[in-house]
Amino acid sequence: MIPQELLYAKSHEWLKVDGENGTIGITHFAQEQLGDLTFVELPQEGDTFAAGDEFGSIESVKAASEMYAPVDCEVVAVNEALEDAPEKVNEDPYGDGWLMKIKITGPTDGLLDAAAYEKVTEEEAH
Amino acid sequence: MPYVPHSPEEIREMLDVIGVDSVEDLFAEIPAELRPKSFALPKGKSEMAVLQQLGEMAAKNTTDLTSFLGAGFYDHFIPTAVDALSSRSEFYTAYTPYQPESSQGTLQAIFEYQTAMARLMDMDYANASVYDGGSALYEATLMAVRKTRRRKIIVSEALNPIYRVMLDSYTTNLNLELVTVPHNHGRTNVKSITAAVDKDTAAVIVQNPNFFGSVNDFTEMFAAVHEHKALAIMSTYPVMQSVLKTPGQMGADIAVADGQSIGQPLSFGGPYLGIMTCSKALVRQMPGRIAGRTEDEDGKPGYVLTIQAREQHIRRQKATSNICSNQALCALRTLIHLCLLGEEGLRRTAILSVERAHYAAERLTAINGVEMFTKGPFGNEFAVSLPVNAFEVIDKLTERGIIPGFPVGRYYEGFENVLLVACTEKTTEEQIGIFAEILRGTI
Repeated sequence: MIPQELLYAKSHEWLKVDGENGTIGITHFAQEQLGDLTFVELPQEGDTFAAGDEFGSIESVKAASEMYAPVDCEVVAVNEALEDAPEKVNEDPYGDGWLMKIKITGPTDGLLDAAAYEKVTEEEAH
Repeated sequence: MPYVPHSPEEIREMLDVIGVDSVEDLFAEIPAELRPKSFALPKGKSEMAVLQQLGEMAAKNTTDLTSFLGAGFYDHFIPTAVDALSSRSEFYTAYTPYQPESSQGTLQAIFEYQTAMARLMDMDYANASVYDGGSALYEATLMAVRKTRRRKIIVSEALNPIYRVMLDSYTTNLNLELVTVPHNHGRTNVKSITAAVDKDTAAVIVQNPNFFGSVNDFTEMFAAVHEHKALAIMSTYPVMQSVLKTPGQMGADIAVADGQSIGQPLSFGGPYLGIMTCSKALVRQMPGRIAGRTEDEDGKPGYVLTIQAREQHIRRQKATSNICSNQALCALRTLIHLCLLGEEGLRRTAILSVERAHYAAERLTAINGVEMFTKGPFGNEFAVSLPVNAFEVIDKLTERGIIPGFPVGRYYEGFENVLLVACTEKTTEEQIGIFAEILRGTI
């Protein structure tokens, strides 16, 4: 359940790079750890973040967690469907459950590939 | 635990543990000039002597006046059952219901209060209440600022001036721009407010009926506000919601009120409760607590505090407000009162109050020199201009056993002759007649 073509942050966000644009979501592992989601708080179009900045939060029946930008970016669009249906993140974290589209404004060097991220999840699962 | 907890031996023991010689040394950090010289407490008295003294003080209050005072607080009849039920110890002594397993009754009462308030205002959600109508309005303002990330707030001057003073003082250090749009002879200036809204506007705040008793339909104005992606905040008078177009019907985003008029006595200004309701899109911005209904693993209904992730005790930095209390007992009284009246009873209360006020307006304006100040439709409250200073009229009539109303000039410069008069279902036609005749003889 870890798509090969994506980049990952240790804090469980994924980034799909498409030239200078990108899409951000949280991983299958993260949504499974959180359980049934009840709310996703997203930023607004035009907001800018540096890698590691908190860009939103996510609440489940178990807990509330912050989400962090995997890369320097400017928000181009947010997934408004999540306002009424946060469960999409549970159902399809790499598809319909995407969080936001961004313009990438910094390097992606610090991010993990699928194999490295898999190690992170294995360690955390124990 | 005994009421006076410390014996000299215990004090000695505590001082020894801390490692100081005396209580005086314990407070050595506080400079001498900042310490009280004396608490000036009188010597102890017997219970009988204390009761007698308090009785003498209480007797200085005049409690048998006929009152036409309103200005946001109204003397409605409170069914006796409200006192009887709300004083049950389960409710009277209960504290914060964080532990649902031991607080089901309180939580259910809060849940039902929220349901009643949301229905009364025709809005999606209500919280468990905040301190009073003014703080509800302030919290609503901050909800709008958070949601829109804008800093300009347009306030109608016909909003209760007490609330406007509160808004001013609460927001002094928040770098918000409060723009007050003047009233137009007691009417909310809809055109000027609409014209003032722009892309920097977080919210427009209006009141219905407004401070002068004047009734509006803000539907069109709210639509214009929404075109600028600003929010519409409406302060209301709950009793009148049963006969007026509701905030929900007008398209308000946040509707607030003071719940005093349903279930709370006019007890020297409090405690009252702030009613807060909002649309679904804003529920995450709502401060304070919200009780929710859920099911346990056997499918039985249960009640819990919900959406706690934005509450102060869970993630402080994410809290939507530093309010973490609600007015549980006052909210309960409002709920019981509403349940006892029912929809029809509330409507009857409102209609009777409006009818009495319209009769009073007729009687008062029949006096030479007394004219309606409030133009257009009004509810159970209206303003009249007098040929003389309203403060003096109030002094004279109070001596005759009647408080004729609220002096508008206290808050609005240049309107020293304007008197705000309110009636409720408790006001009798006879009282109105006596008021009119005494006023005729006074001016």
